[in-house]
Amino acid sequence: MRITAPAFKENAQNALTDLHLQRALEHVEAGFIHKRAKVVAALPEFDALRDAARDIKNHTLEHLDLYLEAYEKAATKAGGQVHWAETGGDARAIILDICRKAGAKTITKGKSMVSEEININDFLAENGIEPVETDLGEYIIQLRGEPPSHIIAPAVHLTKDQVEADFRRVHTHLDAARDLSESTSLLAEARGVLRDKFLAADVGMTGANFLVAETGTSVIVTNEGNGDLTQVLPRVHIVIASIEKVVPTLEDVSTLLRVLARSATGQDMTVYNTFSTGPRRPGDPDGPEEYHVVILDNGRTAMLGNEFHDMLRCIRCGACMNHCPVYHAIGGHAYGTPYVGPMGAVLAPALFGLDEAANLPNASTFCGRCESVCPMRIPLPKLLRHWREKEFERGLAPATQRWGLGVWAYFAQHPRLYRLSTRLAIGALGWLGKKKGRFRALPLAGGWTRHRDLPAPSSRTFIDQIRDREQ
Amino acid sequence: MSGRETVLGKVRRALAVSGAEAERKAAVDERLANPVAGLIPERGQLEGAARVDLFCKMAEAVQAGVTRVASSDDVPEAIAKFLRQNNLPAEIRLGADDRLAGLPWEKTPNLTRKSGPSDGRDLTGVSHALGGVAETGTLVLHSGSDNPTTLNFLPDTHIVVVAADDIAGDYETVWQRIRTIFGKGVMPRTVNWVTGPSRSADIEQTLLLGAHGPRALQIIVIGGTA
Amino acid sequence: MTDKPSQKAPHVGLFATCLVDLFRPGVGFAAIKLLEDAGCTVSVPQSQTCCGQPAYNSGDRRDAAAIAKTVIAAFEAYDFVVVPSGSCGGTIKKHYPGLLGDDREWGARAEALSAKTHELISFLTDILGVAAVSARFDGSVTYHDSCSGLREMGIEAQPRALLETVDGLTIREMADADVCCGFGGTFCVKYPELSNAIVEKKTEAIAASGADTVLAGDLGCLMNMAGKLQRQGRPIKARHVAEVLAGMTDMPAIGESE
Ligand code: SF4
Repeated sequence: MRITAPAFKENAQNALTDLHLQRALEHVEAGFIHKRAKVVAALPEFDALRDAARDIKNHTLEHLDLYLEAYEKAATKAGGQVHWAETGGDARAIILDICRKAGAKTITKGKSMVSEEININDFLAENGIEPVETDLGEYIIQLRGEPPSHIIAPAVHLTKDQVEADFRRVHTHLDAARDLSESTSLLAEARGVLRDKFLAADVGMTGANFLVAETGTSVIVTNEGNGDLTQVLPRVHIVIASIEKVVPTLEDVSTLLRVLARSATGQDMTVYNTFSTGPRRPGDPDGPEEYHVVILDNGRTAMLGNEFHDMLRCIRCGACMNHCPVYHAIGGHAYGTPYVGPMGAVLAPALFGLDEAANLPNASTFCGRCESVCPMRIPLPKLLRHWREKEFERGLAPATQRWGLGVWAYFAQHPRLYRLSTRLAIGALGWLGKKKGRFRALPLAGGWTRHRDLPAPSSRTFIDQIRDREQ
Repeated sequence: MSGRETVLGKVRRALAVSGAEAERKAAVDERLANPVAGLIPERGQLEGAARVDLFCKMAEAVQAGVTRVASSDDVPEAIAKFLRQNNLPAEIRLGADDRLAGLPWEKTPNLTRKSGPSDGRDLTGVSHALGGVAETGTLVLHSGSDNPTTLNFLPDTHIVVVAADDIAGDYETVWQRIRTIFGKGVMPRTVNWVTGPSRSADIEQTLLLGAHGPRALQIIVIGGTA
Repeated sequence: MTDKPSQKAPHVGLFATCLVDLFRPGVGFAAIKLLEDAGCTVSVPQSQTCCGQPAYNSGDRRDAAAIAKTVIAAFEAYDFVVVPSGSCGGTIKKHYPGLLGDDREWGARAEALSAKTHELISFLTDILGVAAVSARFDGSVTYHDSCSGLREMGIEAQPRALLETVDGLTIREMADADVCCGFGGTFCVKYPELSNAIVEKKTEAIAASGADTVLAGDLGCLMNMAGKLQRQGRPIKARHVAEVLAGMTDMPAIGESE
């Protein structure tokens, strides 16, 4: 997708006035938050599982090179072909090469955020290969030519009516008089259209939620079963996974899956957790003849071993965005990157550059709700603050902000000057505002008073009043 | 330099390691050689009938149907009855699983059985599960000619037979069993955990069953009553 | 003053916060009253300014560290540092040690200060064991959980428990009391439209609660919510929870005239 994060403010403004979007966003709050709260309350060990999940990933990241090698060895032994890609470009070239060798015309795709990150769809289409998204939400946004607005619910920004309009626009081979007023008929239509695509595809491509070093296994997690049809029917299966997806053992994956589904959709377990190891075996009546895994770095090693290290624990559950007041207000598209919400605001500057994405770490109130629900206990506000520090160090912050802060910080370090200046400033303001108790407009405070009144300051500061008393 | 060396080199530089440190290697080798189960929720530690009951309860909570039968001899009739009650044709597709082949199908002469993988047009598939997991009502199936993976996903209705004795409390126990059957570090090509029928909430967060996989999942549990 | 015969009265340094200092001295006086009623000796160091959070959250670590040192120097002599704000209290308690961690001497001093710094209400209940206040408030209130107070400092039950003991007061919980009000320090002026969208939801929830006063433990959030309620023309008052607990509600509510 095209990165539009530099235009975040305009994007957000548009989102706030988009009535369809605002209506659709209500479902995020109602849908995800309550369901999660319910399953979490029903599992007394949930917080202890979060600790265990965090520890598993910490251990793995500390030994990442060795687990990647172990994974590769086991996957190869099972007949898989492992490819390594340093950049998105490398991964695209590898995937195209596999598709060409397979003579692929269409490729079905399971939902994969990494594939969004490396923009594989446009690239394949440019090279004459038709990519077909098969996750219902992904399919819908592909029809619309939009990027996902949520990492696990890509079409959460749309209403049913919008989906109906898109289906009528694209599925012109179907009876124009058909009834699509119910969600069930929309689902049935997508199922029918995509069933043919599944059966006709030459290559199936999925992401991976996890790679298991012990057995060389890739794991996908879906509720629809689309990922499974994607990988079991075509002759070639390609898995694209970033380096931090590897975990040591099947036991470790089990712990992570216990927190993933609950955090993501509020299910005790996702419907389909599929563990794939190598291609079709002798005697197998089905399954792909080739099984490729593309392991991608694309900026992750730049987060490893430094202040952003914790972010590499992320298992892409989406809980942070589901609980984010900023996400609730504007949805995902305003972020202008494939990864959205708090996790996106930490990842995007690393993957696409701070110059591109500097807005995102700033657009947070640091309310901390994301961290409080993150199953991997990633300190998201702290990581966002680290990006602000980088921005400040590099002088990317707007001059007015730097200058204002600098003056203020100087006063704050010099109590006597501070007292004097605050006394002068608020003395006047307090006197002006005394009658009404507040201001409706005030020069230099437009950001505040555009939307709310500003309480008038006291005509005498607390500290001064205390001093008067003591004297 | 190959992509492999580049990526691994970057990982090692970031971690300030060479990859040859004996201590790190030993830690990794040990963890992979002797996988240790993590925290198992209490609900995954039930025994006997209580465990099977929890499995059934959790499966039903995610919209799977559950039929309990006393012995494997009752399975064909249970399948026929389920199809009748749901107005489905008396026709099933199944793999070459010996346990399924050995059932007394003569009791249900009107039930047509087809074998081999699904071509996408079958209405009902029947599989035998390797096991179940009580803590979430999850079925564990694996690929092979006995129970082709396509059968888990293509038919509209999926009927899965599981023996109560094969229902474990937790996932970890099933992994141990897979290691015993297939050998350490070896996995079947595909292992499917299935928890309820296929679903999607992609349109306005409304839950709908039967997205791409089966709209209905019927589990037949053999034995296990107290 | 309550009797605590066998103990020496704990000496509390009150960190008023810059917003209380400038906008609402009454909160400072309410804090003094509550602390003195609970048997503390209270001092208000004249050299206090701000906790440095605006610099810290804007990525200006150097200035934030310099301000932190000023605060530490001004407050480390007291038995306790008490702050009528979960947010500023959280900065001192949860962030100073990390901010100054690279400096051995200052790191240790930051740790020491952190250990004895508390938010006002939780200090009363959790450290001093205050279980009831003697105050009267005729009205219904709804309590907003400010983010840092709730998630960094674990303040949730304490203010509600003390409010229960105020004569004449009823609590009407709002929906999503734990959701951010959209203030976020500099966030509200950097992203005014976003902040507005968030506070609009908050005032909606406040109004739906049916309470006639909204309370919170942080003046920043209160100014934000009060300002929005007033702009919307809603007749709901906003006060710091300490004012109600101290029985000092004869002063006008936030943003109201005398
Ligand atoms: S940061 Fe945490 S909450 Fe957000 S997607 Fe990643 S794991 Fe989930």
